[in-house]
Amino acid sequence: MIYLLLPAAAFFGAFFLLPMCRLFLVGGSGTRGWSAYTAILTDPVYFNALLATLGVAAATTVATLLISAIAGVFLQRHRFPGNALLVSMLTLPLAFPGVVIGFMVIMLAGRQGLIGALTQALGGDKWVFAYSLGGLFMGYVYFSVPRTILTVMSATEKLDHRLEEAARSLGASTWRVVLDVILPGLKPAFISAGAICFATAVGAFGTAFTLAARINVLPMVIYTEFTLSANIAMAAALSFVLGAVTWLVLALARTAAGSTVAAAG
Amino acid sequence: MTRPASTKPLSISLKSCAKTFADGTRVLEPLDLDIHAGETLVLLGPSGCGKTTTLRLIAGLEQPDAGGRVLFDGVDVTAQSIELRNVGMVFQSYALFPNMTVAGNVGYGLRIRKLPAAAQRARVAEMLAMMRIEALADRSIDQLSGGQRQRVALARALAVQPRALLLDEPLTALDAQLRDALRVEINQLLRELGITAIYVTHDQAEAMALGDRIIVMSHGRVAQTGTPREIYHQPASHFVAGFIGTMNRLSGEMGANGFVCAAGIVPWYGGHSAADEILFRPEDVRIAEEGEPADLVGSVAAAFFLGDRTRLFVDVGDRQPLVMESTARCTRGVGEQVRLRVDPQGVLDLSSQRGSL
Repeated sequence: MIYLLLPAAAFFGAFFLLPMCRLFLVGGSGTRGWSAYTAILTDPVYFNALLATLGVAAATTVATLLISAIAGVFLQRHRFPGNALLVSMLTLPLAFPGVVIGFMVIMLAGRQGLIGALTQALGGDKWVFAYSLGGLFMGYVYFSVPRTILTVMSATEKLDHRLEEAARSLGASTWRVVLDVILPGLKPAFISAGAICFATAVGAFGTAFTLAARINVLPMVIYTEFTLSANIAMAAALSFVLGAVTWLVLALARTAAGSTVAAAG
Repeated sequence: MTRPASTKPLSISLKSCAKTFADGTRVLEPLDLDIHAGETLVLLGPSGCGKTTTLRLIAGLEQPDAGGRVLFDGVDVTAQSIELRNVGMVFQSYALFPNMTVAGNVGYGLRIRKLPAAAQRARVAEMLAMMRIEALADRSIDQLSGGQRQRVALARALAVQPRALLLDEPLTALDAQLRDALRVEINQLLRELGITAIYVTHDQAEAMALGDRIIVMSHGRVAQTGTPREIYHQPASHFVAGFIGTMNRLSGEMGANGFVCAAGIVPWYGGHSAADEILFRPEDVRIAEEGEPADLVGSVAAAFFLGDRTRLFVDVGDRQPLVMESTARCTRGVGEQVRLRVDPQGVLDLSSQRGSL
């Protein structure tokens, strides 16, 4: 029986354990030594980048789930002309590289962007937030919402209608049905889609790179350390922590959802 | 064991309730139906006959086509959605909330009604005791067997003291032995509570055992309404005769001494009739005693020993062999000649119903 584990063990060793160990060792081999790891917590530049990364990822996840839950349940439950076309178009953003998404954010919220022109025309200030964390947040949400909607839709389709009818027969209002039946039924899908959304937002680089300038998220810091400062050890330490944090979040989500994550994902 | 329902039993009326789905399929022809207070009414029929649609109209899960009305105790509730009608529902799939414990499920309707916590606990305990599932109170739903789940579903539906109990094939998902046991239990429960109950099933044995009255449905229409005895002994049509129990059919023509068919003459005292077919139940045929004149003569086509009795298929020169039952000791083998007597009281002539359901 143990031999059946071999392929998995080989894969795990080659693509996960080995690189992570190497990365961890390299992280401690620089001029700072092992204190490179503590520097992530003590050096405000790194620490703030870590916080910003996790913050944007968390905000992206929450916003994505909120939008996708409402849109996904609606799209699954209501058939209207163009429904199928709309759903098929949802896969489009998945094909875009981060650069394109960053470009779209700039066109929307950049200095020459639509939102800026609109707010100015309405007599207010010119809103420009493409080059900040706000722009990054917008790009990530844009990228994550379609996939999450598709996950929510397939989970909604599998919900047992009878449960909702049973709740209503016991006097539950529409709102209570949503709260007591639909949301708990969709929970596994939320956790699985949310985890993927979070991990994507933590690690995405292309969008941040395109928006550039003032955005100080971990993938950007790693890039700077690596290419500009040639501080390979620090870049490795940051990479390791980035990987570890993402892994931790996914592992927690997996535990919370039981075995359902893989199935719903 | 239980206390009677606190409210007076409900009478329900449907007035020309039809149902056409969005794609134009007519699943229910205009239906007028009066359900008496406190009775158990069984809607019986094959799948697609409109029985579940009728139940859902009463529940408020479906709206009748324009012109149809649903009355509870004479009050028009057609426009009321299900959450306002206070009817208990039990589903074939149990439809228990997987994110709640057994007690959480049973108490759900009470929580919705914002009963004080102590009253909720007391009522839940009472319902669990009534269904004899006290020990399961803190279990999660996926730890329960099918029979236990249906007990929880019944307890949940009854906890809120609904005005009527609507059951949609509640036993269909259970295995045969459990189904029989739970059927007896549901029957006792409905009698004790005196609640108006509407029970949908495709199983005629279930319908016979539970129903005060049975409505046999077919293709969106009522084929016959009556007590189990009436439905069984005086089926109004060939459809009902064939759907409930086993029915023998013989073709031939009426003669002076009875109904003449290939295998003999079946006694007929029903007066003048132009029937070319008669029907009778397996229990109305028996093997003639020694020396007793026979009505029909045939040969055994197949014999099945069932333990307490033997089921015989007798070839009488008709399209279908006659089905009859004999004692367990009957040792007649295939091909052997048998002489049969038919009880004239059991002979039916449905020729005037030809062409109807």
